[in-house]
Amino acid sequence: MQQSNRLRPFFENITFDRDDNELILNFGPQHPSAHGQLRLMLHLQQEQITKAHPDIGYLHRGMEKMAENMIYNEFMPTTDRMDYIASSSNNYGFALAVERLIGLEVPRRAKVIRMMLLETNRLMSHLFWLATTALDIGAMTVFLFAFREREYLMDLIEDYCGARLTHAAVRIGGVPLDLPDNFIADLRKFLDKLPENIKDYEDLLDTNRIWKMRMENVGVISKEMALSWGCSGVMLRASGVEWDIRKEEPYELYDEVEFNVPVSDKGDNYARYKLYMAEMRESAKILYQVIDMYEGTGPELMAHAPQYISAPKIDIMTQNYSLMQHFVLVTQGMRPPVGEVYVATESPKGELGYFINSQGGAYPYRLKLRAPSFWHTGILTDLLPGHYIPDVVSIIGTTNIVFGEVDR
Amino acid sequence: MRAYTPKDDVQKKPYYTDRYWVAPQVAKSDVSEDEVFAADLEAIKASFEVLDAYIQVGQMVVVINATDNFGVIKMLKNEREYNQLSELSAIDWLAQEGKFEVFYQMLSMSKRKRLRIKCKIGEKESIESVEKLFRSADWSEREMYDMFGIVINNHPYMKRILMPDDWEGYPLRKTYPLQGDEFAQWYEVDKIFGKEAREIIGPENRDPARVDRYDTERFSRLGHEVPRGTDITQGEPDTLIQYQEEGGAFMIEKFDAQKTVTISDRDR
Repeated sequence: MQQSNRLRPFFENITFDRDDNELILNFGPQHPSAHGQLRLMLHLQQEQITKAHPDIGYLHRGMEKMAENMIYNEFMPTTDRMDYIASSSNNYGFALAVERLIGLEVPRRAKVIRMMLLETNRLMSHLFWLATTALDIGAMTVFLFAFREREYLMDLIEDYCGARLTHAAVRIGGVPLDLPDNFIADLRKFLDKLPENIKDYEDLLDTNRIWKMRMENVGVISKEMALSWGCSGVMLRASGVEWDIRKEEPYELYDEVEFNVPVSDKGDNYARYKLYMAEMRESAKILYQVIDMYEGTGPELMAHAPQYISAPKIDIMTQNYSLMQHFVLVTQGMRPPVGEVYVATESPKGELGYFINSQGGAYPYRLKLRAPSFWHTGILTDLLPGHYIPDVVSIIGTTNIVFGEVDR
Repeated sequence: MRAYTPKDDVQKKPYYTDRYWVAPQVAKSDVSEDEVFAADLEAIKASFEVLDAYIQVGQMVVVINATDNFGVIKMLKNEREYNQLSELSAIDWLAQEGKFEVFYQMLSMSKRKRLRIKCKIGEKESIESVEKLFRSADWSEREMYDMFGIVINNHPYMKRILMPDDWEGYPLRKTYPLQGDEFAQWYEVDKIFGKEAREIIGPENRDPARVDRYDTERFSRLGHEVPRGTDITQGEPDTLIQYQEEGGAFMIEKFDAQKTVTISDRDR
């Protein structure tokens, strides 16, 4: 008799006579469910995993090395290529780190626009997560539904910055552009429909027998394990740790908006799925509040700091001194003060941190990218043993790893 | 005379530096200004030697001896509620003082505080693993070894993580060029064809992004098209650009004011 919550394989006709019938299975790096270039070496006893070795580095582009050879503004588009599902949040993390280093305060309208970008990116990322994970498990309808909604958001972002995937929509010191005319109306239209859409997904999945069998009590991460492995974001909150950087160490306007941090103490795939759905609702709540804030803001989009930030375009075109400064900042780059900073932000995947060591030069002396997915991949070493092969796919799905970020 | 380039730091240099420029400093404040950090620092000082401690951009930085790293982090985890090791890596100071600076970025969720433990080790020295305290150090220490060549003592699986296992050199050292050293440039050729194939293949074929201006087999130049395979090393023939259909009728005809009708009356 099979247990209802396990897809336990059993072979009636096959017997393995060897004492050591361990099989080593090479999963990836070109596996559609690996969400990128993940290679897993799985040691199997029949279909049960006894050991797992994740092997990464297939997408390693040496971003930290590149950063040491680039001026600060030049590095901004490179950050897009980390978590390319929600690239504005990477841009933002870097911009915030440099701003903290040089001690800049960003104008309020820029903050509002950044909040909008961050939360739309979170929605995009969560929708993408839902779509691909559901597809891995076989729920094709959800994939089509979620990608439809994500498409609206991509169009919105395209209206703002012209790009759909690699936004580079944040600058050090503010944002490059004001919102286009139709942006808020379109966003509101999307948000009004979002609760219905989320309900559609949940109707399809919440009580779906297959979904529950694949998700419930699979991939259970205990609180201690999550903390020890440096988990963050949903991976941490699903294991019963209430820690959201937006709430605990608020940046931008997160201390002015009302939102809840959904937490679960189950730690399994299903808990993570429920948290992603709940977070989408919270993001929508934040976006409604941010839309209302936009009206009362002044027109400035970039901080005023001539030593570090170029003047507005109108000054550059009319005033000689602004043009000279702009020329120096573009050709030589800004030179932040000597010092170190580590800034963590809550990206859709978890704690995205930038460590910058500046020696007063135009190039960072050392830049360390702390990408959440790196540890969410590492945890597979301890998480997979004891599970069965089909569980690998659902566990990788709910860890929500993106390989641009793991390998950097 | 050829310009001198330092061999111990081959990273990109600014082409212009003001010799009188004095870089400003990010403010460091005293640890006693923050009660929580002051208590943590007292606890560390009670059992370990502290070389330097200050607060910078809201986070405490404590410099300790490299031999104390395991003890300090264990104490912070078990007694001072620093329950996560967010990040761990190194900074290359080999050119300046012949040392690496290893930093441990820690987070206390109950106190909402982040602190950074730092220590310096020589190029040939190794450092104790903290993997037994935080599993996250397993992969970070492997990455640190991979990128800087810092050997970790008592690590369960000391192996490269991002670069291939048979890689030579440590990419994040300042002595390692951005484009890669000779080993990196010939890695695929050496591996697939063997070292002796380097001369046969030649450096010009190794770079897939290389464009040969005189190669008309594989490249065409917009506006200067010639039949494929033409030798243009001795100069190229002028390209006659005509917008013409096969039969000889011009697709774009020159505007002739005589043949056109100008409509002056819009209501007509």
